[in-house]
Amino acid sequence: MEEPKSSAPSSRSEPGHGGQGDGAGGAIILFFILGLAASLLVGWVAFPALLYSEKRQPVDFNHALHNEIVDHGCASCHFFRADGSFSGAPKLAQCIECHREANSDDPEEIRFVEEYVKPGREVPWLVYARQPDCVFFSHAAHVRLGGIDCAVCHGPMGESTSLRPYQENRITGYSRDIWGWNIAGIKRNSWDRMKMDDCAECHAQARVPGGSVQTQKDGCFVCHK
Amino acid sequence: MKIDRRSFLAFVLGGAAGTALSPLPWKLTDDISIWTQNWPWTPVPPKGETTYVDSTCTLCPGGCGIRVRRVEDRVVKIEGRNDHPVSRGGICPLGAAGVQLLYSPWRVRQPLKKMDGRFVPVSWEQAIGEIAGVLRELREAGTPEAVAWIADTDRGTTAELCRRFLTVYGSPNFIRTPCAQDAWETALFLTQGQRATAGFDLERATFLLSLGSGLLEGWGTPPFVFRARGALKDNNGRFVQADARLSKTAAKADQWLPILPGSEGTLAFGLIHVLLKEGRERKPFVAAHTAGLEELKRQALQEAFSPEAVAQATGLEAKAVVELARAFAAAERPLAVCGRGAGRVPGGLQETLAVHFLNALVGSVNVEGGVIAVPEPEYIRWPEPEMDAVASKGMQTPRVDGAGSERYPHARYLLNRLPEALLQGDRPAVRVLFVSGGNPFYSLAGGERTEKALARIPLIVSFSPFLDETAAAAHYILPAPTHLERWEDVPGAAGYPKPVVGLARPVVPPRFATMPTADVVLRLARRLGGPIRAAFPWESHEACLRQTLGPAWETLRRKGFAVEEGFKPQPFETASRKFEFANADLKRLAAFRPLPAPGDPGAFKLTLVPFDTLRLTAALGAPPFLVKALESEILLKNDIRVEIHPQTARDLGLVDGADARITTPQGSARVRVYLTEGIRPGLVGMARGLGRGAHDRYLAGKGVSANRLLAAVEDPSSGLEAGWGIRARLERA
Repeated sequence: MEEPKSSAPSSRSEPGHGGQGDGAGGAIILFFILGLAASLLVGWVAFPALLYSEKRQPVDFNHALHNEIVDHGCASCHFFRADGSFSGAPKLAQCIECHREANSDDPEEIRFVEEYVKPGREVPWLVYARQPDCVFFSHAAHVRLGGIDCAVCHGPMGESTSLRPYQENRITGYSRDIWGWNIAGIKRNSWDRMKMDDCAECHAQARVPGGSVQTQKDGCFVCHK
Repeated sequence: MKIDRRSFLAFVLGGAAGTALSPLPWKLTDDISIWTQNWPWTPVPPKGETTYVDSTCTLCPGGCGIRVRRVEDRVVKIEGRNDHPVSRGGICPLGAAGVQLLYSPWRVRQPLKKMDGRFVPVSWEQAIGEIAGVLRELREAGTPEAVAWIADTDRGTTAELCRRFLTVYGSPNFIRTPCAQDAWETALFLTQGQRATAGFDLERATFLLSLGSGLLEGWGTPPFVFRARGALKDNNGRFVQADARLSKTAAKADQWLPILPGSEGTLAFGLIHVLLKEGRERKPFVAAHTAGLEELKRQALQEAFSPEAVAQATGLEAKAVVELARAFAAAERPLAVCGRGAGRVPGGLQETLAVHFLNALVGSVNVEGGVIAVPEPEYIRWPEPEMDAVASKGMQTPRVDGAGSERYPHARYLLNRLPEALLQGDRPAVRVLFVSGGNPFYSLAGGERTEKALARIPLIVSFSPFLDETAAAAHYILPAPTHLERWEDVPGAAGYPKPVVGLARPVVPPRFATMPTADVVLRLARRLGGPIRAAFPWESHEACLRQTLGPAWETLRRKGFAVEEGFKPQPFETASRKFEFANADLKRLAAFRPLPAPGDPGAFKLTLVPFDTLRLTAALGAPPFLVKALESEILLKNDIRVEIHPQTARDLGLVDGADARITTPQGSARVRVYLTEGIRPGLVGMARGLGRGAHDRYLAGKGVSANRLLAAVEDPSSGLEAGWGIRARLERA
């Protein structure tokens, strides 16, 4: 007795469904496309714009100009300390060696001298390539032992005449350079991205020792100590 | 076209498909994972240049070499210094946690003066000026001896400057805080005629008998003792621990003798009894280098020290006593040590003498692997100060603590006797008390009575860098820089068998408006003028240090320490030029008698025994790293736990973790119970170092202080503090 009852609604709805066919199908496709377009717009345009906040460097620095003057290229300012650790962004003391007074009429240089050199205040440089704290990275191992050029990871920074804006990830607080400027994560040059996969790619190519004996893969503890 | 549920679903589906095709979910997942792996609130050392500075740790008398890692100007880690003779790369938990003392929130940032019960900041000028004013008045009244100074060491330029200040001012009352070395120093003086500290060549001993010493719980210089334990193992040596509870040291020993607390001296005499009775003493050494053996025989061969009697007193079996004596005598280089727990309580002199006699009988005195008399450093050679009549008269008065008196002629400092002395008379004998270390308001036994006695002093000046109990009770706090911010010469390392001098240096500039205690002394002297000023010709402590050390300054500054590698123990300096088991001075001492725990055994059925752990400090409050690492057997949330045997618990109707109230003749406190078979039935074990009334929020208000429940026990032979426990009652709360 119960079977016909239960099958009744479906048998009734079928002809109705067929009858409404064309108009409803169009609406569905339209709304599907609308949803698709909106979410693609959010995902590709709105999300990246919201995710990063843009900051200007405290002082606009001309790498190209300095590179012409100094004797040892990048290492003139970004040097290894006596103990092998890497100095990173230069300290004010290094800048003062040449810029005790402004050397030109350049307003940016004059501002730099007034705001930082005279009061002896360190410049709070925003470091594009700073890795998260859970990553151990040694410049000595890569530059001195591995013989890798600075530009392989940092790009043609030394040729830039002005410092580009720094974008900070609002969630992680780290620089956009780590993920790369292409939001899809597509890279054309070796320096476009600094994610773990990029490290691993090079490590695999170079057959870096220190991998796991058991898994024959790169060891986590090479970088995550 | 009709917009219905289907179109909405289509929109959502399209949205889902579009989102999946956009970088949003993947990027968001990645960012969230990075965020969770690098919580922004987790403190991370600043980036910057890393440098290392070698210095000497002054947090305990160990004097270990430390290597301080700094990033830019911030200290981020303290490690052991590999090339240091004492610590050789080792470091104890307190030394490693020293960074937290430097950056502690409970540091005193400028001089403070107590007004209407509250501290208010004052300038250094004002504070020193006002204190100098009080000192001037006391001198004018002809009572300079009413000034006393408590320091945690009597060595090095800072301590010597303080003592010199008191001397030219006219007070003999410079008091060093008590420790097991007090008894050892007196024992060495009485038997060997040497003014020296006891060094223990633990690394080369092959049989180590510890009578209650917490060798792995802070006794001596921890990194040195830890290494020695390893060396003993490598030498196939044997390590026997006599201890009332299964301490960490007992657990790591080859054999644990669960003796009754307070019976260590009896056991030592029992072992001497067996050695002498069986003729197992090292005859060549005893014949050539000792005197008075007959007298020792008379003393030790009494029936009270027969194996049976000793078994009765110690709770061991007679056979075990005999076997231990035989094994000890048969070992190549046997060594017996004493000083309960971390050695912060001196213990009875006769007990220490018994242990020293035991070493002498087996030839382990001033030889490889034995007890070695390490002479006191002699680099401080200042001219005798000129003293005026007031000072000379003041210096003739007897010491307030009774040290050096007819009753206790050999004692040098008896801080434990100070509270009782203060309670005598209408006016306390001490009118001004300076405290540079030792935190007596916390570390002295005696509970409220001691506190009341100390509080009678009208002017207390604390030099503590931290707001500890004594600083909190003081009228002025003149904060000294911490051990990482000042110069300090550090002579000797507790228990290390060679003379060594270390140099502590400022690793970072002082964080606050602090002043080294020695500089305060120099300023006070300048204010007081006359002969007092003339006795201090130095501009600053650093200048004094430079001048005092002379040519050694440069070496110390460069290397950080100086050790006498080829040190040979000096010959005995007694009248007989031998090690004396008996002489007139020894004869005058009150005879050996095991000291009972104070309290009526009828009313208090149990005995409370305090114990030390490496994770809790005594005078100095333990930094948060140590408190966080405290095991739940000691501290459960904010409650201290007391160890009792399951059998005791059954008798009292207590279960593990139960709330209980412990009562001693001194006071009462709420505790929680920890059941363990590692303690004898009838005993209650309690860790020392908790129950702090001041300090930071990581330490203050946790548990109770064993010192408040304990009573002061005066050793009749020396006047030293000799308490090892107290009768107690434990009830369900």
